[in-house]
Amino acid sequence: MSESMVEVRNVTKVYERGTQRVEVLHGLNLDIPRSDFVALMGPSGSGKTTLLNLIGGLDQPTSGEVQVGGSRIDQLGRSELARWRAHNIGFVFQFYNLMPVLTAEANVELPLLLTRLTAAQRRKNVAVALEIVGLADRAKHKPRELSGGQEQRVAIARALVSDPQLLVCDEPTGDLDRKTAEEILGLLQVLNREHGKTIIMVTHDPKAAEFARRILHLEKGQLLEQAA
Amino acid sequence: MTKAGFVVANLFRKRIRTILTLLSVVMAFLLFGLLQSVNSIFSSGANFVGATRLFVQARVSFTQALPISMLPKLEAIPGVAAVAHQMWFGGVWQENTPLIMLSLDPRTYHEVYPEWVMPDAQWQAFIQTRTGMIAGKLLADQYGWKIGQKIPISSNIWPQKNGSKAWTFDLVGIFDGKDEDWKRRANLAFIQQDYFDESNQFGIKGRVNFYILKLSDSSKAEAVSRTVDAMFENSPDETKTQTEKDFNMSFVKQIGDIGLIVRWILFAVFFTLLLVVGNTMAQSVRERVPELAVLKTLGFTDRSVLGFVLAEAFALVLFGGLLGLLLASIAGAMVERGTGGQFQLRLDGGVWLLGVVAIVLMSLAVGLLPALRARRLKIVDALAGR
Repeated sequence: MSESMVEVRNVTKVYERGTQRVEVLHGLNLDIPRSDFVALMGPSGSGKTTLLNLIGGLDQPTSGEVQVGGSRIDQLGRSELARWRAHNIGFVFQFYNLMPVLTAEANVELPLLLTRLTAAQRRKNVAVALEIVGLADRAKHKPRELSGGQEQRVAIARALVSDPQLLVCDEPTGDLDRKTAEEILGLLQVLNREHGKTIIMVTHDPKAAEFARRILHLEKGQLLEQAA
Repeated sequence: MTKAGFVVANLFRKRIRTILTLLSVVMAFLLFGLLQSVNSIFSSGANFVGATRLFVQARVSFTQALPISMLPKLEAIPGVAAVAHQMWFGGVWQENTPLIMLSLDPRTYHEVYPEWVMPDAQWQAFIQTRTGMIAGKLLADQYGWKIGQKIPISSNIWPQKNGSKAWTFDLVGIFDGKDEDWKRRANLAFIQQDYFDESNQFGIKGRVNFYILKLSDSSKAEAVSRTVDAMFENSPDETKTQTEKDFNMSFVKQIGDIGLIVRWILFAVFFTLLLVVGNTMAQSVRERVPELAVLKTLGFTDRSVLGFVLAEAFALVLFGGLLGLLLASIAGAMVERGTGGQFQLRLDGGVWLLGVVAIVLMSLAVGLLPALRARRLKIVDALAGR
């Protein structure tokens, strides 16, 4: 097994919007070791989210290689990629993206519907995930009955529940106040340090980036530096 | 939580919208069930099982009267216990209230229709009074008629010999049904055939619209029917012999091609339903493009997402459809009871089967396009709101 969790080799990503052709990433290379916590920073349009989407298997590069956890995900088809995501990646979004019709525990259970676990096993895993994020007592609440911070904790529990090694977080504190944001970032730190999760986090906020082990700067589709 | 639970939860995200859509599905399938039952009644062949009476009319139309000379021939057919006959009189009460009035021979009619109950003295009075008339209790109660009254009735079909359309009859009896079913039908009146024959201007004499054969053995109904029609085949007065129930149905059939009418109504109903449910499903998918993208992000394949949307459409139409068919079944049974079995609107297996086929087709029609849209969603674009 590779020592790196993520290996990006000479990746280019071009979007075509009508007649326009926009090259967002230009021959980008990146290595992220296992159990790392990386903050991706850069101005709007620098390609942070695009890179995150490629690493998370939500999109495919125009050229180049993307290897995550030893799998060449740039070579997978749509269905294979979906199955790969289900078992290997946890996603956390800026606006939580919970299902409003489901309770917190049902939201967390959603990824487990793709596994062969029994209902009892699923319930147990959900309880553990909600315990980790400190929301065991809000399991029966629907998203609209929770605060922003609590919603993000539920989203993190959903990302954790199938025990992926890699968490990709797109501006996870972008919609939260400073205090709540710090709580969420503290939780991500715990997941990284105590549970060994590799975390890649896109953020605009330098204070949020300080919670990471490393900060990477992207500008105009290229990595500028890798700061410790 | 299960996948089915997730589908149901999504279905009720906008509770009022879903309930209203569900109601439209229920109403459509209620109509479907009842109209298909009507259609199958009218498109079914003759059923002689359990028939105790047969109606004989002219083959072309019951408006073409048959000669009274047929009577002894009909009476002589094995299996026939008694024969009555009737002539349509029509009759209008007061300004413009049409009545069901028939002329008949009181003696034979009483024997063929024991379901009508009236004191013997009144039957005798009817037999002996040439201008006599008897009325069903419902009719008499409705217009306040009392025995002994002279009842003025006009006829748009049959003027008297003096040219007057006004007839006057002596009300000599009021009959009622023997049970609740027959009591509900006691809304007609009878006059003497002899008096009608003598008095009508057109000189229609010795002709009747229908003969009613009372059978000695109901198992012989079909054989008697065939014997009668064969007996008068190739004569100037060819006959059509059918059960009392089929005869009553043939009245309704005069409205037009019932099957065609039913098909057009159902087409309109289902087309409207298609628009209503299709729009609801399309709107529902449009509203949660980001949620569908999140499902894909979590690892649900394109096919799974397509399946979720189709399952929602199917659940909506299935639940509404089955409820509608069930209500149609209950309503049909009530109509059947209310008409004493004359209109057997109970949903049979064929209607249920057709209903289930309609449910599947409707689910596909309303769910497929939104489901395909959900399937085609690109995660990155959908999450970015593009």
